Amino acid sequence: MSKAPLLDVSGLTIAFPGGTPVADFGFRVAAGETVAVVGESGSGKSLTALAIMRLLPRTARIATGTVRFQGRDLFALPEPEMRKVRGREIAMIFQEPMTSLNPVLTVGKQIAEVLRLHEGLSAESARKRAIELLDLVRVADPHRRVDDFPHRLSGGMRQRVMIAMAVACTPKLLIADEPTTALDVTIQAQVLDLLESLRRDLGMALMLITHDLGIVGQWADRVVVMYAGRGAEEAEAAALLGDPLHPYTRGLLAASPRLDASLHYTAGTLREIPGSISSAIGEPGCPFVPRCPLAQPSCRTAPPPLMPVRPGRLLACPPVAATLEPIDAAAVGR
Amino acid sequence: MLENRRLLRVLRRTVVQAVPTILGIIVLNFLLLKLAPGDAADVMAGEFGAATEETMVMLRQRFGLDVPVLQQLLAYLGNLAQFSLGQSPRYGMPVSELIGQRLPSTLMLMGMALAIALGIGIALGTAMALTAGRWPDRVLSVVSLIFYSVPGFWIGLMLIVLFSVKLGWLPSGGQETIGAGLTGIDYVLDRLKHMILPATSLALFYVAIYGRLTRAAVLEVASQDYVRTAAAKGLPPLAVTLRHIVRNALLPVTTLAGIHLGGILGGAVVVETVYSWPGLGRLAFESVMRRDFNVLLGVLLLSSFLVIIANTLVDLLHAWLDPRVEVR
Repeated sequence: MSKAPLLDVSGLTIAFPGGTPVADFGFRVAAGETVAVVGESGSGKSLTALAIMRLLPRTARIATGTVRFQGRDLFALPEPEMRKVRGREIAMIFQEPMTSLNPVLTVGKQIAEVLRLHEGLSAESARKRAIELLDLVRVADPHRRVDDFPHRLSGGMRQRVMIAMAVACTPKLLIADEPTTALDVTIQAQVLDLLESLRRDLGMALMLITHDLGIVGQWADRVVVMYAGRGAEEAEAAALLGDPLHPYTRGLLAASPRLDASLHYTAGTLREIPGSISSAIGEPGCPFVPRCPLAQPSCRTAPPPLMPVRPGRLLACPPVAATLEPIDAAAVGR
Repeated sequence: MLENRRLLRVLRRTVVQAVPTILGIIVLNFLLLKLAPGDAADVMAGEFGAATEETMVMLRQRFGLDVPVLQQLLAYLGNLAQFSLGQSPRYGMPVSELIGQRLPSTLMLMGMALAIALGIGIALGTAMALTAGRWPDRVLSVVSLIFYSVPGFWIGLMLIVLFSVKLGWLPSGGQETIGAGLTGIDYVLDRLKHMILPATSLALFYVAIYGRLTRAAVLEVASQDYVRTAAAKGLPPLAVTLRHIVRNALLPVTTLAGIHLGGILGGAVVVETVYSWPGLGRLAFESVMRRDFNVLLGVLLLSSFLVIIANTLVDLLHAWLDPRVEVR
């Protein structure tokens, strides 16, 4: 291990009165890298992000686990200290740009708010900076837009405003929770391009939560695959897409539609993973067992931990790991 | 610029709608009052103890009550067209003068009551929502239920018993200390002291309504995505609550407050009687008893104006609070 990661989540378990949607989950984000957290709806991606920000709904409880950010234990910080982290060191943008902005405040005021809070700017200089930020996120005509109310902007524009708000204080880490799910495909690419260029220019790390594997290949350095609140597989993006190991990852990839001129939907049905994620509830062993083609009796005893199987690669599937060549644990470096 | 144009449009629309509304109110009120048995001449005759046929005819002639109802209506409308509310047969003076004397007291009472109702109601509702399901919420819910269900006159009497009779802190009636000859700040304080009890009795019912409404609105707004965004910015809870939650939760409350203004005027009749407050409500009550319909019509006309003006103000306030309100 060369140096401490920027963000180190380990053993995170989030409990609700009705169950534990995130259990013993962990991953790391190094400074300046883009980590994609992938999984289907209900796999606990967003809850993990909210837990890092300590913004979980009141009914949720962090049962176990730690989140270290730049070496500090975020769960141990007093709330006023945590507020200084939010928006300044870790910023977050959300899935729904249509509802994530306050309808009765101009976008300029909403951007200025975070600048005045964390950087103590005056109203006037915060406004100036807000215009610059709108320009930075490529909103056309920022001088006029700064006084617009959110309902006058399109979804893509609003998401840009959200991004402007998030990067206003040049955070070290930006958590983007499905930032493009609600947008048109063409706008999606623009927004992701924007996030990527901001990440480079501002030296941020990016935690990109998505269920779209197409995004992963193009924009992520590393990928963490989540299933039912647990880590299934972790790898470099290219390695994961080129050679998925976990049966769930394989299923996900096989289920992704490919744009191929020779293929038409009549040529064959789109493959799906049988069953649904709700089958993981109450499963004592690997949560994927009910849907897994490789399931063995041993899978049902205890949830498998993420184990290093290749350099830079973790897998939580003993049956698959057994088929791989054994590796020298020291070379993995973890 | 754009903002002002939007507000102007709201204003224009309201005025266009107000004219037929007011005309309808006048005609309807006039005809309804004519349905009541007896007229000013009957009441006066009753008070004299006896009156000859000739006296009655003479009285009716003087008050213009001897012609058919439709003609009376036309005469009344004719007066109105000349901005005159007519004469009060009873007081022998112009109705506008009578109302003019009483209007400021009632407006002050209503304004104070509305301010108390909104101020306390919104604070109460926000406090209830923020502690929803826990004991402060429960206790305040019960308190607001009591405010809601107890009649205003009873609350008025009880407040008098407690604060005037037992504690002697506040005066029990009237709107100023008679003959004290106070000036300046002392005069203002004296007036305020006289206003606290009547305004509070008038307000408590509405405190309960605005409290419940604010509680529901705050709970709804608090679960909105933009509140989470505000928290993710690192804003402290108070700033999130005031800037992002309460600001949005105010929208339904302001609408309702505008509608209630007419109701508060109605409630003022009772409260003004309990506190011998020289206002419009008591004037209206007395003119009903005396069949002094010109005065009553004037009061009703004025109150419909008040309600329309209040609603316009609320519309403007609404358009200002909520930029999404676009006038079509």
